[in-house]
Amino acid sequence: MNEYPIYYKRFLQFALGLLAIALVLGLLSAAAFSYPETFNKFLPFYQLRPFHTSAALFWIITASAGCILFYKNDVFTGIYVGNTSEKLFIMLWIGSILTIFCCYAFKKFGGREYWEFPPVLSIALLASWLVFMYSYFASWRISKNKKPLYVWMWSTGIFFFLITFVEQNLWLIPWFRSSFLKEITIQWKANGSMVGAWNQMIYGTALFLMVKISGDGTIAENKKAFFFYFLGLTNLMFNWGHHIYNVPNGSWIRNTAYAISMTELLIFINIIAGFKRKLDEQKRLKHIIPYRFLVAAEYWAFANLLLALLMSVPVVNRYTHGTHITVAHAMISTIGINTMILLGSIGYIINIDTKNQKIKNFINKAYWHAQVSLAAFGSSLVIAGIIKAYRTVAIENITFQEVMQPVVVMIKIFLLTGIWLAISLISIVVCYFRLLNNKRTIKIWKEVNTVMLVEEYDF
Amino acid sequence: MLVKIWVSLFLAFAVYSWLVYMHTEDRNNVPPPDRHIQAGWQLWQDKNCQSCHQLYGLGGYMGPDLTNVYSDKGAKYMQTFIKYGTGKMPDFHLNDSETQSLISFLAWIDKSGKSKIPASVVHWWGISSK
Ligand code: HEC
Repeated sequence: MNEYPIYYKRFLQFALGLLAIALVLGLLSAAAFSYPETFNKFLPFYQLRPFHTSAALFWIITASAGCILFYKNDVFTGIYVGNTSEKLFIMLWIGSILTIFCCYAFKKFGGREYWEFPPVLSIALLASWLVFMYSYFASWRISKNKKPLYVWMWSTGIFFFLITFVEQNLWLIPWFRSSFLKEITIQWKANGSMVGAWNQMIYGTALFLMVKISGDGTIAENKKAFFFYFLGLTNLMFNWGHHIYNVPNGSWIRNTAYAISMTELLIFINIIAGFKRKLDEQKRLKHIIPYRFLVAAEYWAFANLLLALLMSVPVVNRYTHGTHITVAHAMISTIGINTMILLGSIGYIINIDTKNQKIKNFINKAYWHAQVSLAAFGSSLVIAGIIKAYRTVAIENITFQEVMQPVVVMIKIFLLTGIWLAISLISIVVCYFRLLNNKRTIKIWKEVNTVMLVEEYDF
Repeated sequence: MLVKIWVSLFLAFAVYSWLVYMHTEDRNNVPPPDRHIQAGWQLWQDKNCQSCHQLYGLGGYMGPDLTNVYSDKGAKYMQTFIKYGTGKMPDFHLNDSETQSLISFLAWIDKSGKSKIPASVVHWWGISSK
């Protein structure tokens, strides 16, 4: 048995499709933002935005779960067969997402940030996630080996996605709606921690890939790695308050978040301290395509953490809150970090390094276009945010339209860089999609020796 | 050892969550929403107003923050926007009673606090309550 179940591949193809949809609808949303008078007549911003954000969110969660489906057998059981619960999960999950898109098409909304679909559909998503958890933890139990750090991270992510998803829906119980401050606080508590949950799944996958590529298992077992895992977990649990500095509830909530957020400085310093070692490693492994995606994610994580640290300081947040700087932060983390790691991981699954030179050159080119366009894309959002923050605070008696005039100009530039970025990423998506169709693409890769590949393919 | 750390953190998380649920202060003692306000809240979600507008700076950025629009601009002003839209804001073809409940909802939000934090409460070490 050296083939994966076919529906594993279809699931990843579905995820890639979601990424393509997120990109195209993101462009349309930016166009609707810039030219509302035209778009309001047929495709208003309030209809496009949920399509875009849900597709992006589901790309990340679906691809994370899809990669874990592939890797879990390798790690836990060594047996590569699917089972009924996995199939049920995939069917329910895909069915729910398609239904959600139909609701948007008919303007049926639930109207909550990131979860803009009617809340009954949460039941289907929840059921589906429970089935996934059952199947994951059933394999987890079979393995009696010591669990490496990436298994801790996957398990934490999967578990906390459940918790935060339920918390996100608590508003359906009337008591949680008795006060608006309570409602909005809990909503953003859940949202903030949920990002932490999917980051655990994705960073776990990045670590797994690093172990596989470098052949060095100790990076997922040493004390320092576990320290940073627990630091990340602490942030997942307690740092969400920086989203709601503006909400006038107890200052203990805000100050706890501020204090915890600042511990991320340690992560930041650790990245800097690791750069030299990383550079040597890059010289050795730069030929391996999945590795390059991981490196890109690391650089973006560095830039984004700097932004996040600044935004978590209340004095700075007072200006940046409610501006496109927040959007820049969200986009760099979802595209620069999450999407890069996931594309690296899917590339690893399809054994991208064993493909012919033409394909590899193509991916390489698209990869560089994606990095440069993302830098331009993120910068235009940050500039838009700075302009809005400055005009709102510094100019008195200014109307909303006056504040927004130069901001909208920046958004048009952002739209142009977005087209460039979308073309780059969609090129990778199409290439991967076709390779996933190829029957011979996904043999069990355990035997593939990546170090050998380095010598064989030089580019 | 690792399991112990994990479980302790999780317990701390559970206690913290409980504290947040029970003690999210409403300093202005705003009463819970009546039926009319609830209907407005539901409409706010059904029409996806938050995709363009923010409350306390949270939401979409196409339109202005509406946390304090009630006290800043008044009900009459809001009514025109909500009922007819503008070139930039779409017309949702809402009837009078729907428009009224949306205004009541936003008036209720307005009572809960100010969206802009005054500079005097923000310090380098954090945020004070006064
Ligand atoms: C497609 C985006 C969009 C949606 C959806 C939207 N609005 Fe607006 N809204 C705007 C824009 C843009 C403005 C500023 C309009 C202008 O100046 O022409 C605005 C202005 C307003 C104003 C006046 C605010 C002020 O300070 O001047 C109110 C009140 C308002 N909207 C309420 C609502 C409500 C209630 C809903 C949901 C039923 C809603 N809006 C949905 C875009 C939107």
